[in-house]
Amino acid sequence: MTCLDIIADYGLRSIGIGERLLPRKDFTLCHQITLIGSGMIWNIYFGTLALLGGFFFSMVLALGKASEHPLLRRTCNWFIFIFRGSPLFIQFFFAYFAFVSLKGTFSIFTSFTSAWLGALIVLFCNTAAYSAEIFYGALKAIPRGDIDAADAYGLSRWSRFKKIIWPTMLRLGWPAYTNEAIFLFHATTLVYFSAFPTWQQRGDALYYARYFADKTFNPFVPYPILAGYFIILTLIVIWIFGLMNQRLNRHLPQDRRISLKLRLNLIR
Amino acid sequence: MKKLLLTTAAFALTASLGFSDVIRMGTEGAYPPYNFINDKGEVDGFERELGDELCKRAALTCEWITNDWDTIIPNLVSGNYDTIIAGMSITAERDEVIDFTNSYTQPDPSAYLALSADVDLAGGVIAAQSNTIQAAHIASTGGATLVEFPTPEETISAVRNGEADAVLADKTYLSPIAAENTDLVFAGDDIMLGGGVGMGIRESDSELKTKFSAAIDSMKADGSLNALIVKWEIGATF
Amino acid sequence: MEELKRFLIFSFCSEPETLGNLQWLSCYLTTIKHSELYKSVFVVLLLLAITAPVSLMFGFGGAMAARSRIWVINGFGRLYIAIVRGVPDIAFFMFFVIALDQALEWLRHHTLCPDWSDAIWQGNDFVVCPEAKMPLSAASQWVHNSYSFALAILTFSIVFGAFAANVLFGAMRAVPGAQIETADAYGMTRRQTFWRIIVPQMWVYALPGLSNLWMILIKATPLLFLLGIEDIVYWARELGGSKTAKFTSYPHGDLRMWYFLALLVFYLAFTRISEIVLDRLMARLTFGQAITGGDSQRAGKT
Repeated sequence: MTCLDIIADYGLRSIGIGERLLPRKDFTLCHQITLIGSGMIWNIYFGTLALLGGFFFSMVLALGKASEHPLLRRTCNWFIFIFRGSPLFIQFFFAYFAFVSLKGTFSIFTSFTSAWLGALIVLFCNTAAYSAEIFYGALKAIPRGDIDAADAYGLSRWSRFKKIIWPTMLRLGWPAYTNEAIFLFHATTLVYFSAFPTWQQRGDALYYARYFADKTFNPFVPYPILAGYFIILTLIVIWIFGLMNQRLNRHLPQDRRISLKLRLNLIR
Repeated sequence: MKKLLLTTAAFALTASLGFSDVIRMGTEGAYPPYNFINDKGEVDGFERELGDELCKRAALTCEWITNDWDTIIPNLVSGNYDTIIAGMSITAERDEVIDFTNSYTQPDPSAYLALSADVDLAGGVIAAQSNTIQAAHIASTGGATLVEFPTPEETISAVRNGEADAVLADKTYLSPIAAENTDLVFAGDDIMLGGGVGMGIRESDSELKTKFSAAIDSMKADGSLNALIVKWEIGATF
Repeated sequence: MEELKRFLIFSFCSEPETLGNLQWLSCYLTTIKHSELYKSVFVVLLLLAITAPVSLMFGFGGAMAARSRIWVINGFGRLYIAIVRGVPDIAFFMFFVIALDQALEWLRHHTLCPDWSDAIWQGNDFVVCPEAKMPLSAASQWVHNSYSFALAILTFSIVFGAFAANVLFGAMRAVPGAQIETADAYGMTRRQTFWRIIVPQMWVYALPGLSNLWMILIKATPLLFLLGIEDIVYWARELGGSKTAKFTSYPHGDLRMWYFLALLVFYLAFTRISEIVLDRLMARLTFGQAITGGDSQRAGKT
């Protein structure tokens, strides 16, 4: 069996396409790299969707936290505090528990106990809370002069927000937000490790790494492979976010771009 | 990975013997009746009693260590403890990496536990703990849908809350649960999956293996092993 | 016999089956096994208290290496930061402790038993001479416990040191250029500038990042059981799982939700206290440095 055959059989195993049975003996390096790579599909799925959804929700939360309306502000504060203040491990546990109980009463919740939806919601809320804190910090860091200038131009509240506040907030918060994205992708490995069940051996990268570690009794091969995949993923995330950072900073003089980037790299 | 040591009983002996090395016994501490942590926070169960008796017969000083199931073999071969005594079935794959003593239980059947006895085992959703022989069995038979959970506890909850139709696990583990919970019953026939349970020992440690095998044989011969098996309800006697 | 199972003795606990709810609960929560849970809270706090300064040291070293003008050291520093930051901590914890332990024993083996002729790797087995064992197999249990605790601290520190290095590296470069130019004008050497100008001033820039790291460190403690430390989450799972009457005097169903709820409160409270302390620290550090205030500081003040 050549490595190409293995890739054809197991490359999409994590989403249920290809060979049904996992390899059970004669594990080659190719088996391990292919299956763990196949599991990365789920890590990327969870990370990307949670990040995209969480981005917009975090804007709402950040603005809510900065709002003058006490009820709205308090609600947002609590949401952020609970999701930032507790380990993801425990959040997954409670979410699964809650979804299973709800499922018994309302049939809408049937899919929620599956990781693809249930865990995604937890990750979405989690990253929204962390990002909201970052963007709230950035919102408070917008130079007063920028807003005064917008007022002097007679911009309406909405266009002042759209043209001045929002882009500046993004720009200031971006380096920290990049770190958040990296952490979120790392956090996706906890999905099948903590509470959510794995259906028909369709798991994430860590699930398959553990499978091989268990079958070969040698942790020194599968986990470094997993680590290698994540280093590549992290580099890609940093590259994409770097491109966006360049775009956000494109109107600034060269030297101020660099200094901003360095200064704000400090806040997660 | 070295886990916190859970008993001091053996420690007192070390001082008196002085010269003898301590044999570190690795177990999981989460698999009653084989091994579990009792109310006193100590390792207890069938294997605790058995292991203490074996050490006595082999004239060894033993200490008990608990370790996560996932890394129990890597830590043995890495030398962090000297034996695995954790309800580990003797299988060909494991035997390639470590050695086993003679078995100290009869092969333990696996059984299905469900909310009703007439559940569809061939085509339903069957829960099992990740990375167990039961999970491998369901995955290989087709038909049934396998759903894996990180701990055995969660497989039982999954049956209760309707996520799975039945759970497949060692019968010895399921029996006390079935006995005390009227809502859960055994379904279908038992399946023979693993061999008997033995102690895992490093391949380079053949002297220790011989000692423990001899002790196990002597316990088999005088009936004390059978007495323990009956006491803890570990399947059939020898 | 019953008394041996408890660390707090109530006279009514001898027959738990017959008790009412409140008494049952007070007996149940004072078993020796529960004292392991309470102890693990202190273990976690102790680990955090040691890991924080140690990883700060690792971070400082890493940041200094990444600033170095010698390319080997510079490359090493950057590689350390990049690799460890790129890997999920859980994947790291799965094999790193065993690797670290083996590396230590390998080193000891070569120094302590130069005459040893057997191979260290015998098939799958890793066998070193008895004198090289870490700790010695006859060592008493507290030595074994402290050793695994030390390994866990080292592993945590290496991981979080990389993140701290990243923060400190940024902070060192965030010290305003004018300060460094002034130091140059005074004729300070590179070393003097670093220790007298950059290091004292960088903390205010580093604090937001470091406090975030602290929050993340707190929340990484549930992974401690992977490193061989029985932490609060391990005991909550173990104690909360349903127990049959055959193996305990206190049989119960699945109580994990309540245990995890208690953990949730613990973590939230701990986070809140940390936030308050760090806010005060930030206010103090910012005081008197207002001239250097960058954007992040202005955020801290408003």
